[in-house]
Amino acid sequence: MKFVIALFSPAHSPVSRRALRFAETVLAGGHEITRLFLYQDGVHIASANIVTAQDELDLAGEWERFVRSHALDGVVCIAAGLRRGVLDEQEAKRHSCPAANLLPAWELSGLGQLHEAAQQADRLVCFGGH
Amino acid sequence: MARSMLIITRQSPWSGPSAREALDIALAGGAFELPLGILFLDDGVFQLVQAQQAGQLQQKDVTANLQALPMFGVESLYAAQRSLQERGLDQNALSLPVEVLDDTALRALINRYDHVITL
Repeated sequence: MKFVIALFSPAHSPVSRRALRFAETVLAGGHEITRLFLYQDGVHIASANIVTAQDELDLAGEWERFVRSHALDGVVCIAAGLRRGVLDEQEAKRHSCPAANLLPAWELSGLGQLHEAAQQADRLVCFGGH
Repeated sequence: MARSMLIITRQSPWSGPSAREALDIALAGGAFELPLGILFLDDGVFQLVQAQQAGQLQQKDVTANLQALPMFGVESLYAAQRSLQERGLDQNALSLPVEVLDDTALRALINRYDHVITL
């Protein structure tokens, strides 16, 4: 089955850990994740500026490693990212912000990417909506 | 055939960007002429109240953006009867032409869509 996973809560939310375990299980079950989409506060998962205490689980880091090791398509909604300070080089420059902080596993793009992925997917599974 | 998506919006317009971000999903999908529906549920029904004064909170009024939905091809608009009743809102005095659904109809509605997003 083709899964699209959308995340609406930040890395420090317990939802983010559940979503990651779900995503790992999807792949372990022989299914495909055609896109991960970060929206609302979920965009914080793609921030390189999260510092986790040594004895705590670094979920943003775990997500980053998961996306890279499986070469997944990880998309961050650009409007939601800008609103919350998650920027790539181009956007940081465009808006005269001092630094970019988007982790390299992720890319900024529009909401059309969510719809496009949902059109191809057997399942759209969302985590962290209110 | 295109897959349908129901967007369930559950937050009031003054509780943060959630109402706007739910609407943005609908407008983005409407631009692709996808079969979309929006369900106003729980505090989300407050988005339908007329004559809001968002400026008092230094916020933008979402009402005008909601009015744009039919122009973007999003005409399947629903509100939960129970949510309206619990908040004392008159279903005949809303800012959008929505279909008001009872609990049984809500279940059927959600079942009818391929994908459901709740914000």
